[in-house]
Amino acid sequence: MTKPSFVYVTYIATTPEKVWQALVDTDVTRKYWADPTSDSPAHVNVSDWKTGSQWEHQRLDDARTVDMVGKVVESTPPRRLVITWARPKEARENSKHSRVTFDIEPQGGGLVRLTVTHEDLERDPQMFEGISNGWPKVLSNLKTLLETGRALPHSPLAA
Amino acid sequence: MVQHPWPAARDSRKEPASPARLLVIDRVFKALADPSRRHLLDLLHRENGQTLTALCEHMDMTRQAVTQHLQQLEEANLVAIVWQGREKLHYLNPVPLHEIHERWIEKFERSRLFALRELKKSLEGDDDDKT
Repeated sequence: MTKPSFVYVTYIATTPEKVWQALVDTDVTRKYWADPTSDSPAHVNVSDWKTGSQWEHQRLDDARTVDMVGKVVESTPPRRLVITWARPKEARENSKHSRVTFDIEPQGGGLVRLTVTHEDLERDPQMFEGISNGWPKVLSNLKTLLETGRALPHSPLAA
Repeated sequence: MVQHPWPAARDSRKEPASPARLLVIDRVFKALADPSRRHLLDLLHRENGQTLTALCEHMDMTRQAVTQHLQQLEEANLVAIVWQGREKLHYLNPVPLHEIHERWIEKFERSRLFALRELKKSLEGDDDDKT
């Protein structure tokens, strides 16, 4: 493993299976992979989640715009998911892919520790910036959804 | 990977403000209350994934004191540990800070905005009465 660029950890009162489902099931992902303070649509991650398969980070707009692509490197439900991460135009350039690992570890006491490790981002400052703002939001939304069953409200005062 | 001595928060699923949950947030605020620990977070923000030795170079205290501060940050989940061979790397984990932002800052911001909207409504209502 190279030295990670970012490591994010959150403890969620749920089961490893539910965390796994939240990562791979678009019906769950759409509820939390969004910025509640913005009107822009949520994202889902689409794949069959088999090792070697492609995955796409799709925006839930009419065109289903693909904002990110990559390959599934390792898929071990409900414990570990490793994917590569790249812009669609750089899909064929493996050297431009960064790498994301989701580790799901039961902690006892009904808690699950979810660790997201993002590697190989240093050569892409723009992606680095976007990623560092994005993961904390996504992870705390995910925690809220799994612990309360509710997605975060979409800016209630914007209307 | 080092395991965190994390308090059981079984109740938090049903009761978001359960004592166990408050304890978690208490640890975050406590960890943030000390200027040396905030400085350590700043150092990790500047360069993520540093060793204890690298961090000590910027801290005007003993190695042991830095270790203790890092331990408290780790227990508050503000610092995550990655082992690289025999090297222990410290990463800033901003997820609890984001949760504080959502629970506290944004919450108060929302009520402020709500108050403004109510004020606007009542003032506009007064205008309506006059016309």
